[in-house]
Amino acid sequence: MSMSSKSGTAGLSRRKFLQVSTAAGGGLMLGFQMGGALAQAPAPKKYVLNPNAFIAIARDGKVSFQIPQEEMGQGVYTSLSQLLADELDVDLANVTPLPAPPSDALYASPKGRRQSTGGSTSIRGFYTALRQVGASGRAMMVQAAAQQWGVSAASLRTENGQVIDDAHGGRKLSYGELAPRAAKLPAPQEVTLKADKDLKYIGKSVKRLDTPDKVNGKAQYGIDVRMDGLKVAVIAASPVVGGKIARVDDSKMKAMPGLQLVALDDLVAVVGPNFWAAKKGMDALAITWNGGENAKINSDAIWRDLEKGSQQKGAIAKEEGDVEKSLKADRFDAAYEMPFLAHAPMEPQNFTVHVKKDGTCELWGGSQVQTATVKAASDALGIPLEKVTFHNYMLGGGFGRRLATDMVTKSVRVAQKVDGPVKVIWTREEDIQQDMYRPAYRNAMSASLTKDGKIDGWTHRIAGGSVIAAITGGKPLKDGLDGDAVEGAVNIPYAIPNLRVEYAQTEPKALNLGWWRGVGPNNAVFAIESMMDDLAKKAGKDPVAFRLAHLGNEPRLKAILQMAAEKSGWGKPLPARTARGVCAQHAFGSYIATITEVDVTEMGKINVRRVTSIVDAGRTVNPDTIAAQVQGGLLFGMTAALYGDITLKDGRVQQRNFNDYRMMRINEAPQIDVHVVPSTEDPGGIGEPGCSAGPPSLVNAVFAATGVRIHRLPIDRTLLASRKIA
Amino acid sequence: MVTLQINGQAHTIDAPDDMPLLWALRDIVGLTGTKFGCGIAQCGACTVHVDGKAVRSCMLPVGAIGNRAITTIEAVGDTPNGAKIQKAWLDIEVVQCGYCQSGQIMSATALLNRTPNPDDSDIDAAMAGNICRCGTYVRIRQAIKNAAKSA
Repeated sequence: MSMSSKSGTAGLSRRKFLQVSTAAGGGLMLGFQMGGALAQAPAPKKYVLNPNAFIAIARDGKVSFQIPQEEMGQGVYTSLSQLLADELDVDLANVTPLPAPPSDALYASPKGRRQSTGGSTSIRGFYTALRQVGASGRAMMVQAAAQQWGVSAASLRTENGQVIDDAHGGRKLSYGELAPRAAKLPAPQEVTLKADKDLKYIGKSVKRLDTPDKVNGKAQYGIDVRMDGLKVAVIAASPVVGGKIARVDDSKMKAMPGLQLVALDDLVAVVGPNFWAAKKGMDALAITWNGGENAKINSDAIWRDLEKGSQQKGAIAKEEGDVEKSLKADRFDAAYEMPFLAHAPMEPQNFTVHVKKDGTCELWGGSQVQTATVKAASDALGIPLEKVTFHNYMLGGGFGRRLATDMVTKSVRVAQKVDGPVKVIWTREEDIQQDMYRPAYRNAMSASLTKDGKIDGWTHRIAGGSVIAAITGGKPLKDGLDGDAVEGAVNIPYAIPNLRVEYAQTEPKALNLGWWRGVGPNNAVFAIESMMDDLAKKAGKDPVAFRLAHLGNEPRLKAILQMAAEKSGWGKPLPARTARGVCAQHAFGSYIATITEVDVTEMGKINVRRVTSIVDAGRTVNPDTIAAQVQGGLLFGMTAALYGDITLKDGRVQQRNFNDYRMMRINEAPQIDVHVVPSTEDPGGIGEPGCSAGPPSLVNAVFAATGVRIHRLPIDRTLLASRKIA
Repeated sequence: MVTLQINGQAHTIDAPDDMPLLWALRDIVGLTGTKFGCGIAQCGACTVHVDGKAVRSCMLPVGAIGNRAITTIEAVGDTPNGAKIQKAWLDIEVVQCGYCQSGQIMSATALLNRTPNPDDSDIDAAMAGNICRCGTYVRIRQAIKNAAKSA
């Protein structure tokens, strides 16, 4: 497939493509008007994105790109800049990526309706569209030069932010010089994207643009916001979902100078001149909560509900062949369970809010959903969207936590009671205990094998809470289905003639739900790959060979699984209680084959020794960033498999901080080798899939090392000890 | 009032003796490169140097520091090992979200200050107190080794 393609830009000419405006420094700046009426205008009909919103070129040739997606470590400031810079033909060294302001009309992904950074969609959504935007800008510059010199545009070429006229001695005009003229031109009707061989940045591991300021303390995250008169608040929400304040005794707090108590039905805050003062004030309060019905809920009850839920018929997400008939043979049943998880990004939740006397509100913070943040503030205050201004910052980790806006709502509610701007900061304890948790799931599965060891029948019923339902305020799901919850299960890569996937919505009590890195495939891939290992054993086959035999319809996955087996030394002998486990998956548009090697001590301690992942993510933008996302995703997933478990007692989350909600540390981290294979297929997503690849390969390695199948995460080490300790 | 020696300058600040150095740096002095992660010395995001040694500033009261020299991420690049570590971090693109990396870099620099050629177990011992949620550990280990080898 050639990447050269025509893209219509009719409609662009009705809109001023480039605008001349006065830059903050006083110089003339060629740019694109942001905000105001244009920000609210729909994108041109035949153009997936409004290119006006993305590029600004200053007189000195400096270029800034408004990046619609939020930078949270996944490298999107760099990768999206690569797409724009390559087609615009400017030097990346002259490019400054900036956070785009909130606007669904201007910045929603062509494959979505909302400005949102989640679901591994940034590259998938913007790959072609931002190349078109860059190419449009380049065409404008060429046209402006052609006009100035009185020559044909076709006789000109561009290089590094300059238009060059080879027919006239190689004379040059810089984009900066051309900017004012280009601003007055009609837009191109169509643009041609570069051929693969001409790409300079796309597909190359260029240096990240955001990292230099992250090694010297200069990078600004939401929590770093400072301004005159800023106060700091520490908050405590009801430890039981739905609970209310029964009583607040603030007599000790009142003895401390400079503090303000804010008590709001289900939320207490102490406001002070700095975090420490506010925290001491909070610690001095005696708060009594009325937890209500939810205060009776323990984890055991939720697991019992999930088991019951998994015994009921669910909504059918996929059905092929004659499942009932196929399962009449020698049937294998199994259940695999996943716990609730907190996100625990390193930057605790925080938002800075100024509710002003003129009826407007200004927000500073990090969010994966810029426009939803504005809406949350507008809803909380009962003011129009236009009265809310949001300044988005770097995120100290997202992982889905900042797809929710509960932290915005809470911060605004506190700020309403405060005179002047206030930074509301979650303690780590509050961050872990007031999360929007990854749902717990129970996968009830059945399968049968043919005489020659191929899977004949397969049913996979997923019971668990629905994040979609939670996000939409508990509305009934369409046809009872949650597409996220069954993702990875309905698109199982293995060829199985008789197959059914069901979703049995089973809402947990006393916990709020949210998206967590890896989303549905975290659960589905874990269940499928555990089941595949169990079935391989039952069929008496090697786990890799068994999978390969079922990958006839998935040549890309088959190829990388074979490669993973070779590179990891699959099949080569290992010491006692040391073994390899495999995971093959197709999720978020990318394929990953992973082999993990572990040893398990006699006491049941797991050492993850080595991980090999082969990645086919289609066309790449920045291969090193892909490798980094998979390395990190694997550890994110393995951390959950080894330690992650949010439990409830009396309706309260029992875990509090990193001492009891543990993370993998460097001394536990394995060697990880990631190989990204070249591909001309469409780009796949990569922020999430490494996360779902980790746990299955880990538990399958543990199975091979000990013979113990893990049916519930996190891994219970007592099951693995070869000698029981008295 | 407390006087602190921060990055080679004396700062006299209006803070109670029990205020952790972290919050004095962030909320009063205005040096926000040092990060809040857990508040109980479990994650290392708040790591600074006191007399060249890595300490968790979230649990170090300002009243206990006295005249000792405090170095933060904003100034560690002025030291030879700090500059080497920062360069090594960028050379192999260690950083993802970056929030924990101030602390990682401070811990890694302190490691090189006392152990110029650390082996894997030295790295484990020095860096196990710093959590990275993005999972950059593999590259952190490599970058420390690269920095140790660099001139």
